[in-house]
Amino acid sequence: MRRIISVLLENEPGALSRVVGLFSQRNYNIETLTVAPTEDETLSRLTVTTTGSDKVIEQITKQLNKLIEVVKLVDLTEGSHIERELMLVKLKATGSQRAEIKRTVDIFRGQIVDVTSSVYTVQLAGDSEKLDGFIQAVGTSGVLEVVRTGVSGIARGEKVLSL
Amino acid sequence: MELLSGADMLIRSLQDEGIEYVYGYPGGAALHIYDALFRQDKVKHILVRHEQAAVHMADGYARATGKPGTVLVTSGPGATNTITGIATAFMDSIPMVVLCGQVASTLIGEDAFQETDMIGVSRPVVKHNLSVRHPEEIPEVIRKAYYIAATGRPGPVVVDIPKDMTTPNERYEYSYPKKVKLRSYNPAIRGHAGQIKKAVDMMLAARRPIIYAGGGVILGKASEQLTELVRTLGYPITNTLMGIGCYPASDKQHLGWLGMHGTYEANMAMHHSDLILCVGARFDDRVTNATEKFCPGARIIHIDIDPASISKTVDADVPIVGPVDAVLKEMQALVKESKEKPDADAIAAWWKQIDEWRAFHGMRYETSDDVIKPQEVIEMLCRLTNGEAFVTSDVGQHQMFAAQYYKFDKPNRWINSGGLGTMGFGLPAAMGVKLTHPDDEVLCITGEGSIQMNIQELSTCKQYNLPVKIINLNNQALGMVKQWQDMNYESRHSQSYMESLPDFTKLAEAYGHKGVVIDKKADLETKLKEVLAMKDELVFVDIYVDRFEHVYPMQVARGSMKDMWLSKTERV
Repeated sequence: MRRIISVLLENEPGALSRVVGLFSQRNYNIETLTVAPTEDETLSRLTVTTTGSDKVIEQITKQLNKLIEVVKLVDLTEGSHIERELMLVKLKATGSQRAEIKRTVDIFRGQIVDVTSSVYTVQLAGDSEKLDGFIQAVGTSGVLEVVRTGVSGIARGEKVLSL
Repeated sequence: MELLSGADMLIRSLQDEGIEYVYGYPGGAALHIYDALFRQDKVKHILVRHEQAAVHMADGYARATGKPGTVLVTSGPGATNTITGIATAFMDSIPMVVLCGQVASTLIGEDAFQETDMIGVSRPVVKHNLSVRHPEEIPEVIRKAYYIAATGRPGPVVVDIPKDMTTPNERYEYSYPKKVKLRSYNPAIRGHAGQIKKAVDMMLAARRPIIYAGGGVILGKASEQLTELVRTLGYPITNTLMGIGCYPASDKQHLGWLGMHGTYEANMAMHHSDLILCVGARFDDRVTNATEKFCPGARIIHIDIDPASISKTVDADVPIVGPVDAVLKEMQALVKESKEKPDADAIAAWWKQIDEWRAFHGMRYETSDDVIKPQEVIEMLCRLTNGEAFVTSDVGQHQMFAAQYYKFDKPNRWINSGGLGTMGFGLPAAMGVKLTHPDDEVLCITGEGSIQMNIQELSTCKQYNLPVKIINLNNQALGMVKQWQDMNYESRHSQSYMESLPDFTKLAEAYGHKGVVIDKKADLETKLKEVLAMKDELVFVDIYVDRFEHVYPMQVARGSMKDMWLSKTERV
């Protein structure tokens, strides 16, 4: 099953490589990974999406918790949560394609953020399925380049991951 | 406050940490530190002949004393040579701090002479590693390193020290921190009371219980608490290879050790039990055999300081995260005050069954008038040393024979690389033990394959006068490899025969030690007695043993605990 694990990490050199190293050492899967500092400059927030059986996921969270630089973590998929991913797509846009793409972007509530005579660059945010859906809708033949940030997530309601 | 250079701060920190010995090897990036070492006499340095041996020495010291070992090496090859030793300590959870020189911070990343990313290289095999980024940090980094290495589930910690952190003419205020602040590292200090109560209720209700103890009992210094609880309950106990000595082997409740080469009765009792109390062990593949066939009727209580060890391979019914000594103590108190008592009839029937398995004598070998059996060498050594020696081993058949036939009644005396299985571990580990236990008998039981992996340390033994006894069970082959080839590859002995073995006695003599050959069974006892009488000499005893012997019992591959070969032809 797909899981989103959110980690508060000491903002120190080498901390990220320990997390990434752990996944490869123990043969765990990383689908997406995002990391950036938080409002507390001593902490980074890292979000990793992974797949595995319940047993594997339990091991992943335990092994992550063992890393000295991991301060706290939560498996967001255990409760209700919000997940978002940002995508920038460069699309071939000439002739009648231009109007069609514009319509599709509107339906997906994206924005065209850069335009040339033959190319649209589209920005789209949402969960991963929505981003996949957009690519499918415009058709892969017109896609020149795709850049995705990977998933970020946060729990719904009052629950917070903090010190 | 005192002003000290980074190098002096480092050595002073070791002094303040109470470090007696540092094992190491100098080189460019570590020279400021070696100079600081020279100008004091509290911390003693032992110069090895290869950095791997320094780590195994520190490891042997740590296993025998329960205190963290310390290694000091230079950057690049000095640091990378320690990796096998660090991995050995990591797999067996041995507390250790490895101090590595590094090229100056201004040169890092430029492929400087003797530069290696030791933080990166060591990452998968350390509990943690730390890099010094400013000389003023040194005392805090050192305090942190020892704290992390020795607490919780212990393990090796690497400290990377760029050369410009130890420059002699740059001085800083020195003070050694009393406490370490780490917001993200808080090992459990006691187990969950509710879980402990639940476990005790299950233990008292069990009809076929068994205690399965591991190296965690020795690392957690909990042998006393374990022994007390086991005796109060009157239940059978087995332990892992790493747990040997955590409970007296001569006690009638002890079934020997379990697993691939464990005793018949221990493996049978595990398989047929209805309750397993696992204390500081980790259900590794050399114990469980095929996990899906593991102990089908047993419920499992698992005590471990490391939550990641629980339900990793075999699911626990009652997990208890905490230090084994504290948890066992609470269990003992609950057992004593409980109104419930074990079902005497059920436990008596269980013992009757176990005694039947015992009477089967699963661990046996045929003696011969002509050839010396490796097993009888170990049995004789055990007798001649009253079972009180410190025994280190290398890896292979001799290791299993030593563990099977030497009976340990005390913890910290059986010292082997159980997790990583590192050949070349035995001699340097024995040296680390002998250094701090000069009056105790220290035996290194080895084979002609393993001993050659760190034989250069005979030179270190001469320099520091370390009269260990090297017992070389020489079967002129890589015995365990050959055994597997016999059993699984129709005796095609691919690369398991070592041609051109040296004359080990001459080699020992060349290094300034004594060498003794034993090749006749009639000489075995007399010669071993002579060897043990040479208290002040390192003696290399080259014993020609049966070349065709296999280690039994041996679990059948992918079977359950109870599926074993008891000899070349007998399978149960």
